[in-house]
Amino acid sequence: MLDSVKKLIKYYEDVISLNHKQEIARELRDEDDLFLLMLYSEMLGIPNPVYYYTLELYPHMIEEFHDWHLRMGMDKSPLTGIRCC
Amino acid sequence: MSAILVAILGLVIFALGYRFYSKFIAEKIFRLDPNYVTPAHKYKDGVDFVPTNKFVLWGHHFTSVAGAAPILGPAIAVYWGWLPAVLWVVLGTVFAAGVHDFGTLVISVRNKGQSIGTLANKLIGQRGKILFLFIILILVLMVNAVFAWVIANLFITYPASVLPVFIQIPLAIWIGYAVYKRNIKMLVPSLIALAVMYATAIFSAQNEFLQIDLVRYMGGEEAAGLFGLGAVATAFFIWIAILLAYVYVASTLPVWKLLQPRDFINSHQLVVGLAILYLGLFLTNPQITAPATNPGADTSWLPLLFITIACGAISGFHGLVSSGTTSKQLNKETDARFVGYFGAVGEGVLALVSILAVVTLFANADEFLGAYGSFADANAIGLGNFVEGAGALAQGLLIPQGVATTIVSIIVVSFAATTLDTAVRLMRYIISELGTEYNIPALTKTHVATTVAVGSTAALVLIPEGPQGFGSGGYLLWPLFGTSNQLLAGISLLLISLWLKRLGRNYIYTFIPMIFLLFMTMYALFQQVTFTWSWWGTNSNMLLFVFGAINFVFALWISITAFSAMRGKFDNRIDND
Repeated sequence: MLDSVKKLIKYYEDVISLNHKQEIARELRDEDDLFLLMLYSEMLGIPNPVYYYTLELYPHMIEEFHDWHLRMGMDKSPLTGIRCC
Repeated sequence: MSAILVAILGLVIFALGYRFYSKFIAEKIFRLDPNYVTPAHKYKDGVDFVPTNKFVLWGHHFTSVAGAAPILGPAIAVYWGWLPAVLWVVLGTVFAAGVHDFGTLVISVRNKGQSIGTLANKLIGQRGKILFLFIILILVLMVNAVFAWVIANLFITYPASVLPVFIQIPLAIWIGYAVYKRNIKMLVPSLIALAVMYATAIFSAQNEFLQIDLVRYMGGEEAAGLFGLGAVATAFFIWIAILLAYVYVASTLPVWKLLQPRDFINSHQLVVGLAILYLGLFLTNPQITAPATNPGADTSWLPLLFITIACGAISGFHGLVSSGTTSKQLNKETDARFVGYFGAVGEGVLALVSILAVVTLFANADEFLGAYGSFADANAIGLGNFVEGAGALAQGLLIPQGVATTIVSIIVVSFAATTLDTAVRLMRYIISELGTEYNIPALTKTHVATTVAVGSTAALVLIPEGPQGFGSGGYLLWPLFGTSNQLLAGISLLLISLWLKRLGRNYIYTFIPMIFLLFMTMYALFQQVTFTWSWWGTNSNMLLFVFGAINFVFALWISITAFSAMRGKFDNRIDND
């Protein structure tokens, strides 16, 4: 009995917190996107003095970049410089 | 006739519809595949695309679509008697809304989780998109104007509800900070907020000094108010001005600060409201006193019944939710049946009890017919009657009448206020999009777009000659609300039919509701545009004539597109991944 009440409360909490989890994840993703932009602004033509160093991160970001362009509805990489797929 | 009997009959038909009809649709028509990789898995990003348990997703979907509209429509439509309203809600939910909500979810899942708006754009092209945006703009403008009046009306009729409703704002902000900034679990804070609100409701229902009654402050209904208006009109003016100022601020804040925490509280309120209504119904066993049909009606039920009850029978707005957010979170394709179809059933259950609350309120049929003297009267008093009727049902749970009506009015106002916030936000996005489309960069700025949204709402709501007195200008456009909503549903059903046709399946189950909806919408629009609103009509009104004519042309265009599409012209425009 106690278990099913606990389950019910957990279910109820999951329902009402769905939006909230999504909002937090969105904020985090926006921050990440901004961070990526700061690292690689050179690709968009904005001069970036530390580009030389941030480029070293390039191998680590390919996977994230791939997720990003899929998220934006593009099946293939939009930039010829980044050949993730 | 016993209201319990009608409720049980309705619930049994809903259950049978879910058990057999939706199963048939899922297996034979949509042919859902449990192994299909849904967008939630394919594009999983932890934000928009997140595989979610079907029960949790259903709860979320249901609370997103249920609001004040499935209460308002039925409370007006009982004007034609309880039978037509009950039949349309029950059969509409089983054969139209269920298939529509379910279908929009599935077609979106099979099209990378894209929304119905994007899919419609593919079908009807760029010019169609602009007209589509325009129709939605009219839709939200009407929602704003009408709900601002509805809330002001409830504040004036039930002054005890003012304080609890306003207390919800700081409570919501507190929850927002607690949950988002300090990472506290939200169940407890939101339940505390609800308890504080209802405790305030009980105190203010019993103590007159806590009731913010503007009309009483000005010296009663007969007294003179400001700007040469009467006391009641002044009260409407003040409340509407406060509401519009509130909605301006609320809709420009980030969603987590106010809108979402309010939604958490409102989901509890939905559960509380449904529980009070159904428990009250089964404990008090009230008799339906309203007549089954109303032969003396001054406005024919055909086609207006199908326009008046949109949410609760079938509503295009649900398709926007199904295809907008829910489709991106569907774990397995086979879950769509439960989430989509059963979500529509949930809304039908709410609409059914709204009808029963109103038709059991009056002592006898004559009293009912006296109150619902004309269709205009029904529009004016519908929601108030729902609050009274629901209050009477709540008395079955030993809640005092004053407290019960206060709590019910708080629930309705909370739903309406959240809808207002969302609608102004939506209007802002559409104005920005039109600004981008027509190269007017100023319109894309948040505060400019919001000012245009709130300003046009204010202009509409404060037109002095509104049908229900000062401040009810929004009601002028209300007849168009249902038609725009149903038109949207018609477009969604057309897209689903096209998709089914392309796959060589039997599309009759979505095509018939589509024809029915488009026919009723065009019939209602033609009738009203030609015989009521035109310059030779009985109630000439240029504003309505222009908006109505635009809607009619759009409906005609959609019908022609549907006809050509069914002859195989646009088969390749809807994908099936």
